[in-house]
Amino acid sequence: MLAGDWEPDRVALTSPAKNDELSFEWHLGTRATELNISESKVLLDSGHTISFDGAIIATGARCISLRMAGDLQGIHTLRGLDDAMAIRSEFEKTPHKVVVVGAGFIGAEVAATARQRGLDVTMVEAAEVPFERVLGNEMGTVTANVHRDNGVEVITGTPVESFKGHDRVEKVVLANGTEIDADVVIVGIGVRPNTEWLDNSGLTIDNGIVCDETCQAAPRIVAAGDVARWPNKLFGEQMRVEHWDNAVEQGVYAARRLLAGENEIEPYAPTPWFWTDQFDRKIQLAGRTRPTDEVKIVTGSIEERRFAAAYGREGKLVGILGFNRPRHVMQYKQMITEGVSWEDALEHAKNS
Amino acid sequence: MGYRIQVDFDLCESNAICMQIAPEVFEVRDDDFLYILNEEPGEDLKAQVEEAAQRCPKQAIAIAEG
Repeated sequence: MLAGDWEPDRVALTSPAKNDELSFEWHLGTRATELNISESKVLLDSGHTISFDGAIIATGARCISLRMAGDLQGIHTLRGLDDAMAIRSEFEKTPHKVVVVGAGFIGAEVAATARQRGLDVTMVEAAEVPFERVLGNEMGTVTANVHRDNGVEVITGTPVESFKGHDRVEKVVLANGTEIDADVVIVGIGVRPNTEWLDNSGLTIDNGIVCDETCQAAPRIVAAGDVARWPNKLFGEQMRVEHWDNAVEQGVYAARRLLAGENEIEPYAPTPWFWTDQFDRKIQLAGRTRPTDEVKIVTGSIEERRFAAAYGREGKLVGILGFNRPRHVMQYKQMITEGVSWEDALEHAKNS
Repeated sequence: MGYRIQVDFDLCESNAICMQIAPEVFEVRDDDFLYILNEEPGEDLKAQVEEAAQRCPKQAIAIAEG
């Protein structure tokens, strides 16, 4: 979409015909304002009330924006189709200097797309090494260097202090005093789960709706997607996953969970994963990596930037990062799901 | 009533999501290209093939009925 190759109809998740088939009753352009558990009701801002036998909460998350952006035009976050279209139309204007604030995967993908459209791109990251929190120091640097080599200016270790401009943004000011010219700014510094409407519901809220290991938040109430936090027993930790793949998987699981009622159901324990296309590299990451994990290249080499790197922690294989290695990522992802030990994973790498 | 799988290889980016959903039908090999192991996998696998087509991020998989 941002590259200008696809039109909105191409990314639609469903069609009116399919919706009709499902015979849902839609309430669009309406907000849920309250969940009343004891009366099994959802209150809407339209004044309507909906009663339920079971509820799936999938209210998602929203982008964190920078307060100092004020109401300056030309500063965007990227979440929905309307955001993508707005950014795309900015990219189509010239001349053009793009500043991406936050070198996470969303920001980096926007940076790569803008660069490939021939725009000047600067990416600003508060941490010393981009992606370090997820990929660790070495792999974070490898990823950042893909951007540098493709002409993106990557500035690290410097948070953004303020923006300058009249109606539109003109400059991004960093904490060290540096001023960067900007025609358009994209802020990619993470999301916040949409849980405010549940504050008085009695559900436990802690950076998401806290669920049990079957995604249940309360009897007959389940949660799925970016808004749900649950203990994934495969990794022995609570997580909230913001990936596309999980939104699909967990949605399906949540419906099954609801239908299972009092019956036993296997806990939801997937290996989370995502991919991102940055220039000509397809980067895929599966599992739960931490900067302190042990990292081993299991195929390919960093020099040619075509490799897979396995992540190990406490004797277990916990993650796999691939640069243009989709097959290996899928193989190791399966091994993570099977709970393969770090030793066995390295042995597998040696023999294949 | 059979069906046939068609992949637009100009669109395919070898994300290997189809391989994850229907490994009996789709395989991404070491050369990073997608191979279709069975173009007419039959009714047993149809639900999986449909899911693979639906979840392909490039929308490169089509199912031709008949």
